[in-house]
Order: sequence, then structure tokens, then C-alpha cells
Amino acid sequence: MRNAFAEQITELASRDERIMLLSGDIGNRLFNGFKETAPGRFFNCGVAEANMIGVAAGMAMCGARPVVYTIAPFVTTRCLEQIKIDLCRAKLPVVVVGIGAGLSYAELGATHHSCEDIAQLRTLPNMTVVCPADPVEVRLALREAVEYGAPVYLRLGKKGEPDIHAKEPDFKIGRAIPLRQGKDICMIGAGNILPEMIAAADLLEGRGISVSAASFHTVKPLDMEYLEDAFRQHEIVASVEEHSVCGGLGGTVAEWLSEETSIRARLVRCGVPDTFFPDAGDQAYARKYFGIDAESIAEKLERALTKL
Amino acid sequence: MDEKRKKELERVAAIVRGEVIGMSHRAKSAHLGSCLSCVDILTALYWEAPGMDPGDASDPERDRFIFSKGHAAMALYAVLAERGFFQKEKLASFGEPGSGLAEHPLPGGVPGVELATGSLGHGLPVGLGMAMYAKIAGFDFKVFVLMSDGECNEGSVWEAALTAPANRADNLTVIVDFNKWQATGRSCEITSLAPLADKWRAFGWSVVEVDGHDIAALSDALKSAGGTGKPLAIIADTIKGKGVSFMEDDNNWHYRIPNAAEVEAARRELGLP
Repeated sequence: MRNAFAEQITELASRDERIMLLSGDIGNRLFNGFKETAPGRFFNCGVAEANMIGVAAGMAMCGARPVVYTIAPFVTTRCLEQIKIDLCRAKLPVVVVGIGAGLSYAELGATHHSCEDIAQLRTLPNMTVVCPADPVEVRLALREAVEYGAPVYLRLGKKGEPDIHAKEPDFKIGRAIPLRQGKDICMIGAGNILPEMIAAADLLEGRGISVSAASFHTVKPLDMEYLEDAFRQHEIVASVEEHSVCGGLGGTVAEWLSEETSIRARLVRCGVPDTFFPDAGDQAYARKYFGIDAESIAEKLERALTKL
Repeated sequence: MDEKRKKELERVAAIVRGEVIGMSHRAKSAHLGSCLSCVDILTALYWEAPGMDPGDASDPERDRFIFSKGHAAMALYAVLAERGFFQKEKLASFGEPGSGLAEHPLPGGVPGVELATGSLGHGLPVGLGMAMYAKIAGFDFKVFVLMSDGECNEGSVWEAALTAPANRADNLTVIVDFNKWQATGRSCEITSLAPLADKWRAFGWSVVEVDGHDIAALSDALKSAGGTGKPLAIIADTIKGKGVSFMEDDNNWHYRIPNAAEVEAARRELGLP
């Protein structure tokens, strides 16, 4: 996802002089291409995220289209008030890009985990929250985000994620991308957890369970149309995310669901429980620890289905 | 500045102070002392700095002013009204539901407000972003940011202070209303704020120290902004509650609301009817 972002932002900047790239002292060599293509429009703002968001706001107020990039917890939680007041209150066209979201950097310890960013940012008026599932969606989401005319949070994983989409899907912020159609369980996943979700869907189908799946990349605004159909047509709808079950995709769907009356399916949330990851270990280990690896997700949903 | 102009602007400042005191009394709104300390700065900025004309409010090349010490909104509103950004009669509705004149400034509430301020430490980073974009986009405009000394407690102020000289943002000017008080005590005791001018100098800024109630001196300082390769910090030595003897340097007026008799006494001192 990281390289897809760097390539796409460089390509966009070559066509649009309003695009400025602000980095919190990361991605040095990654953006060499950008610096060549858009001289003077890369700003290393240092390890000063509150200032960086303010600077992006000031630029946007004068006509720029700034894209702000650093590690997810530092570009969200650390400078949440700047995002709220400087970006969202003013409804400015700034794209906030968090790299290493969720447990991507599990091995780096608690400071580098970001399992609450969706919950925090989606409560801000005027903010849009998009979690691309793979490098293909990163490119598509970024193209739309810089033209969105309002703040957008792009929640990225790290580098080296596999492509989910063999070719470019029809992508629109706020509209889920169906991946397969079944009838027992509908899995909706947000962001970098998608490979685990798809592997879990394969496991379930191997056990005779019919599964629908979608990349539910936009947590705000919710694709209510997709949800209405999903809840009518399945026994279980499962939200899958590398984020806390508090306030992420699962929490958002639960809020929506609480006011719906003609719903058939039950919601099962697969995500990080309300606890910190207490140990050393990489992303695969952390996912297993929290039960959001493919096998654990499949088991949980199989159990839920037999309990109905 | 000639003597006649100076007298004229001092009269403007007195009228603004009278409006602010009236607004505080009517709306029972606090931060009167913080408002009175920055009236002369605002007067110098809006009447003397080029590019602060209300007619240019939507010009992309206009100079920008960010009122970062948002708690002193009454002073900003009174100055904007006096300068013709909106009708003076509107000040009577300050604080009323639907008036657009909130106790901290709202963009869109009245013309001339660029940013929602009130949470401190937001204005300088945003002003820096404007200044940095002006450089890359080839705009000639200047950016002015007014902060309080208490605001310098905020870490984001110093993030911006570190970043601005590295970006050669000499089109950025910060004015610190150094009135020596913050909400609950002396600003140089609550944090090690002094020596304030030396701090900005050490961070790579040009620094001008000025009597923050001398409109002519403020005017000269503001007009010296730009073209030096460094951002400019104007440290304005001010008195909280300035202009009304029984409010000056008395921090009770951070929160106190003047009663009718105090309003009358204050107006008398200001030479207002």
C-alpha cells in the first residue's frame, strides 16, 4: 500500500499543481519520485504533527490540496484537535494519510499501534473515513480523495500487501465493493484485514457455508444500501477490521442497526477487543492473539451460525 | 506617523474599548482584560498595515490575519465593525442565539474571521501554512497572527516556531500580546516564559520588541514585516485591562463582568459619552 500511495500521489501531483505533500519525517527515499516530479511541493514538517495539520489547513485555506502523511497513530490521535478544528470545522480539502494502521507495526510496540483511529475520526463532522483494502484501492481512493473537497482520512496498512482485485474495480467513496455472493454469512471488511477475511471466507466455504463478501472500505459515510440488502439476505453479517470493536466498522454498523426495524440477520463483530496488545510480536502474531486471523474468524463465524 | 494620525487612531482605540466593555457587560462575557490589552495592536494592524481593507475580504491575494487568542473575540468584533467589515449595530447582538457573534470567533459568523480559535496554539501553524503556500504558489500576501502570552504554553506554538525559519517564511509575522498574565496567574511564573524575545530570537526569528500600546511604534513594527529571509516576531509589551485604571494589571478582570456603574466609570476615563 505504501508504494502504491507514493506512485499515485506522484502521478496526481504531476497533473495538479495544487497538490502538496507534507510528511512527518518519514518516507525519505519513498518520495524521491515526488520531489523530482513536483519540486518544492514536498514538505518534511518534522516530528511535529500538530503543526503539520495546521500548516496543511493554512495551505488549503489559500487554495492548495495538501496531503498529510505519517504513521497512523501520529497523524490521528496525536493531533486530533487540529484535525477537528483546523480541518473539519473549516471543511478543508485535506487528505490525512495514516500508514501502518491497526497492527501493521505490531512489532514496534504499543505507541505504533492504531486501533482507535477510525472511531475517533468518524465522530468529527465533515470527515470521511476510507480504509483501502489493497494497493489497487489505495490508488483509487487517493484519486477520489484529493478531489473530494472536504477532509478525508485514508487508513493504510504497510508495504507488501497482496492485491485483492485482479483489475481495477468500480470504486466510489461510500460504496462497498462486492467480492462474492453467497447466502449464509455476509462478511464486510474494512482495510488491511481483507486478505484474512477472504481467506476466512474460503475456509468457511470449504466447510459448506455459503459466504458473501465485500470490501467495505468506507466507514463514513456508511453504504446503507449495501447493509440493508446484506442484513435482509443473510443469517449473519460479520464486520471484519484490524481496529477496536469499539467504534470502528462494527461499532458503526451496530449504531445503524439499532434503528433499523426490518432486519433479519445477526451482526457479529470481528475486531480487536477493548484492550492493548500486551506483548512483543509481529502483525501475524498479533492478529492471532486477538482472534482476527483467517482461522479464528472462520471458527467464530461457524460457531455463531450453528448457535442461531 | 504624524501626531494628528496618532490622535485619530488613539480615539479609534478608545471607541473600540468602549464597545468591548459594553459587550462584556450586556452579554456577561468574560476575558475583558485580555481584550483591552490587544486593542491598540488590532488598531495598528487594521488601520495601518496595508492589505487589511474590508473590501478585499474575498481576494485570494489579500493579507491574512489570524486571531489566535480567540478568547478575546469581543476586541476582534469591535475592531472589525469599527473598520467597516460589518455594521456596528450588529455588536449589540453579541452572544445572542443566531447572531454569529460567539464568545470565540467562528468563521462564517461575520466577515473577517478566518479560523475558529479559542483552543490556543492553532493560529500560528495555520498562519505558517498560509505563508508557506504563498511562497510556493507565488503569492505576495503577508500573514499576521496574534497570540497571547499564555498561549505560548502550548507545544504547537513552538512546533511552528521551529518550523517557520527552516522554511524561510519571512511573509509570516506573529504578534505576542505580552500582558504578563494568563487565566490564573503570572505568565512568567506558570511557565518559564521569560526571556520571551530571546526565545524567538534563538529559534531563528527576527524580533522586534515594542510598547504594545504605542500605535505609532506598532505601526512601524508591522510595516517592517517581510523581505528579511526570516519570519518576524513582534513582542508587544502590554498591560492587561489597558485603558481603564481600575482594570489595569488586575487579573480579576480575566473573568469579571463589569456592572453598570463600572461601565460608566470606564467610559468616562476613555473620554466617551
